[in-house]
Amino acid sequence: MKVVATRPQSLTNAKFHYCPGCTHGIIHRLIAECIDELDQRENSIGICPVGCAVLAYEYFNLDMLEAAHGRAPAIATGIKRILPDRCVFTYQGDGDLASIGMGEIVHASARGEKISVIFVNNTLYGMTGGQMAPTTLIGQVTTTSPYGRTVEQAGYPIKMAELLAQNEGSAYIARTAVNTPANVVKTKKAIKKALQTQMNNKGFSMVEILSTCPTNWGLNPIDALKWLEENMIPNYPLGEFKVKEE
Amino acid sequence: MAKGRVRFHTERCKACELCVHFCPRKILGVDMDTINLLGYHPVKVNLPENCNGCGICALMCPDLVIEVERD
Repeated sequence: MKVVATRPQSLTNAKFHYCPGCTHGIIHRLIAECIDELDQRENSIGICPVGCAVLAYEYFNLDMLEAAHGRAPAIATGIKRILPDRCVFTYQGDGDLASIGMGEIVHASARGEKISVIFVNNTLYGMTGGQMAPTTLIGQVTTTSPYGRTVEQAGYPIKMAELLAQNEGSAYIARTAVNTPANVVKTKKAIKKALQTQMNNKGFSMVEILSTCPTNWGLNPIDALKWLEENMIPNYPLGEFKVKEE
Repeated sequence: MAKGRVRFHTERCKACELCVHFCPRKILGVDMDTINLLGYHPVKVNLPENCNGCGICALMCPDLVIEVERD
């Protein structure tokens, strides 16, 4: 018998602290599998965000660094410029990347920094108790929008993939989801492509991954995946928004 | 004869049941007779002889609970 699924080498044996059914664990595994398959384990440096994945350095068996809230692309820029042969990636949530870190991410993309960004979008601030984030959908109930997000008060959700795809420095921008096995496989392909874009020195790469937050959405893990499919995917269309060929 | 075999690191399982939901053969279930150290009823195989080793359970598992082997 041959083993078809086991823990990738780029993950440690530590137990994830995430809530039951949280898709952070799936995304961690996909990144680790991609790094293993590209043989970059000894050559990778990851930057953790502030948010639920703040302890991700415990889980990746790689050189990891913890950034201040939203500043991961700035730190990744510094590391990549000093050590241009390393595979540098950041792992950020939507509260981290799309709100306080908006400046860093837009300018890292505009400068065409050769880093890969894994952006996990679950429409709210998970760690702090489910507050409204810039990516919260119109009408969505969170702890700070108890009657649903309104356009008059909070404007429209930010679509990061479309936004960054406009920048000349972006080489690969995609949006995927992890709600079904087929989409998980597509997500893995997108992460691999982002890392390869970086290794081929083409420019900035980002994969936005639509994820769930069963705890703060108040749903069980399977209903949360259905909610993602019915509400998030129509607002955040999946696909590749920019693929720079040359 | 089973073509595949699944093994569970039950001490990591948080009983989210994503594997149970996505298993195409519907052979997984929650073991209501045991409680693991995390305080959940871990997942178990009800019909091991029907496993074809597709690995979808391990693909959807967020907690690295499942190892899959195939002939």
